[in-house]
Amino acid sequence: MKESDFLKVIKPFKDKVFRLAKRLLVSREEAEDATQEVIFKLWKNKEKISDYKNIEAFAMTMTKNYCYDRLKSKQASNLTLVHTNYKGKETPLEKRIEYKDAVNIVHSLIEQLPEMQKIILQLRDVEQYEFEEICDMVSMKPIAVRVALSRARKTVRNALTKQQNYGVS
Amino acid sequence: MELANIEKLVIKYKNGTTSIEEESILRNYFTGESVAAHLQEYVPMFTYFTFIKKESFNKKVQLKIEKARNKNRKFLSVAASLVLLLTSVFFIKKENDRYQAKKQFAQVTKGLKLLSIQLKKGEIAIANLYSNKNN
Repeated sequence: MKESDFLKVIKPFKDKVFRLAKRLLVSREEAEDATQEVIFKLWKNKEKISDYKNIEAFAMTMTKNYCYDRLKSKQASNLTLVHTNYKGKETPLEKRIEYKDAVNIVHSLIEQLPEMQKIILQLRDVEQYEFEEICDMVSMKPIAVRVALSRARKTVRNALTKQQNYGVS
Repeated sequence: MELANIEKLVIKYKNGTTSIEEESILRNYFTGESVAAHLQEYVPMFTYFTFIKKESFNKKVQLKIEKARNKNRKFLSVAASLVLLLTSVFFIKKENDRYQAKKQFAQVTKGLKLLSIQLKKGEIAIANLYSNKNN
């Protein structure tokens, strides 16, 4: 496989890999390193690429595992996570402030979820993968995936309701 | 989309049983203009989901430089282990020399001690001999 062909293969999902890595590792730099690493590992195994029936799912699983390892070593060395702010691009100012509020609140709520719920919420509600694909990526039974997803959605939703009721933001 | 229908979908959504199509309907509704007051909390959620999906990996994918860097690292680690090996051999040799010297020193002292004990014995014997003669 040539380099240009390989780049074509990874193009549809490299952003998804990056977003999942960022969901788990928080900092943009770390997520970029993780994405680079996953892509490089795929490139090294390029002969086997045609053997995988779903390379995208395979890449997402690799990303998940890589990030888990990073988190483990980070806990061991006690590094702190760096938060980065989100920037809206071409939205008007007023809309952008509204956006930023919603984005930051929901983002921090998701950040407090358990790792597996984070991953599943990311794969379903952001990336809109089908259930069978998610089961494949996280190697879990469909029922377990649905339960985790439901818990994650309810936790975020309940926290948002509370915030609205008390007028806290 | 009818409100009653949306409410039904929201319950399914909370239970994790909506399909991708149904979730798209919800997404459109909650990122749209008019959302029912009692469902407001879903607006930030779906706004966030659509917003965050726009984030992309902008760095250029590196396939070759990484390889060179890896090779360099391999070379570095080989060099580092060599240095470590050499210094440890040096120190072991030094330590060994010192140990040998200590051992030899101990042997010599032991010999000398033995010699001095024997000499003392002789001295005492001679002293006794003299005192016997004088008596």
